[in-house]
Amino acid sequence: MSEIRAEWPLYEVFVRGKRGLNHVHVGSLHAADPETAVRNARDVYTRRNEGVSIWVVRSADITASSPDEKDPMFAPSGDKVYRHPTFYEIPDTVPHM
Amino acid sequence: MSTVTPEAAPDAEALQAQFDDVIARNERIEPRDWMPDGYRATLVRQIAQHAHSEIIGMQPEGNWITRAPSLRRKAILLAKVQDEAGHGLYLYSATETLGTSRDELTEKLLSGAQKYSSIFNYPTLSYADVGTIGWLVDGAAICNQVPLCRTSYGPYGRAMIRICKEESFHQRQGYELLMTMMQGTDAQREMVQESVDRFWWPALMMFGPPDADSPNTARSMAWGIKRNTNDDLRQRFVDMTVPQAQVLGVTLPDPQLRWNEERGAHDFGEPDWEEFMRVVKGNGPCNAQRVAHRRRAWEDGAWVREAATAYAARSAVLGASREGEER
Repeated sequence: MSEIRAEWPLYEVFVRGKRGLNHVHVGSLHAADPETAVRNARDVYTRRNEGVSIWVVRSADITASSPDEKDPMFAPSGDKVYRHPTFYEIPDTVPHM
Repeated sequence: MSTVTPEAAPDAEALQAQFDDVIARNERIEPRDWMPDGYRATLVRQIAQHAHSEIIGMQPEGNWITRAPSLRRKAILLAKVQDEAGHGLYLYSATETLGTSRDELTEKLLSGAQKYSSIFNYPTLSYADVGTIGWLVDGAAICNQVPLCRTSYGPYGRAMIRICKEESFHQRQGYELLMTMMQGTDAQREMVQESVDRFWWPALMMFGPPDADSPNTARSMAWGIKRNTNDDLRQRFVDMTVPQAQVLGVTLPDPQLRWNEERGAHDFGEPDWEEFMRVVKGNGPCNAQRVAHRRRAWEDGAWVREAATAYAARSAVLGASREGEER
């Protein structure tokens, strides 16, 4: 029965603070299954009305970009200043712009 | 978590330079970033010690839950002890992002390979101790922890932000409890003073040895793990606490404690560092009891963990076969 002794899997916890907001990552916890992960997440992460909805996902099921957050993967967006509204000069006299 | 790996791995020097650059810019190191082995080891030691302190810290106050003098006080104490469990879990999660498993952390606590704060090896002899722990022990913890919200390791800082929000309740409930007792009978006032007398010096020791005897401080500060030295934080705590003691009407048991106009700070006596080392090394009043209790809770809970795992495995099998039928 060695598998029963194994550590419970790790879940990442996401909480929606109130209606109208995104679920946001708040931390992680161990649980035997997803249902108990949600119940434990309520006790660990929402003891003071921090949320109205909880998502949990097995950490092992997350696929992430490479660790280096200055990766070339994000470089292409760096030189495309024309994607921002401030790139365009419009005279102050033009209203509602 | 799986990762989309970049094609060419940069060399060690480039990695170190990147790490130094992040620290120099006062940005945060995140779990999958490269970090020096010493940085990782220091964090594991410090965060695990902190997590274990929260978990062991449930015991001295838990001691009074069944004997709280009113339902109101009992509800408050239960909420507080539950918070300590939560704080332990936030910090264990942060430690695990450094590549340590939860079971390993539990084992190292039980074997004594990792420490917890020496303050929790002192007994809670009277109900006033619940208030004193909230006021002085949690007060000292807040002094230590507020700067750690800006620590260089992301998950640790985020855990500390959650913890600090909740610690403020802990300190205030303790102070309010003591204020209530100070408005009571002479016996109650004496009980508060006696409790403060016992906890004052151990609370000062919570900041760790003097800077001269704390060889790792400089390195931890260079890495942005620690933001202040032990002596700086101790001084800050004393200066904050003296006026609180005056309002409360208790005396802090230090004949050398007085305001120093020149420094704009209080002078105070030296804690008994031999006692500190004795307690850290395992010979405090309650060390054996605390670890034995934690071990018993861990072992007595084994069947619950096994049952939940068996249930999860069974549910997964049933769920899979049901899905098969539906197809």
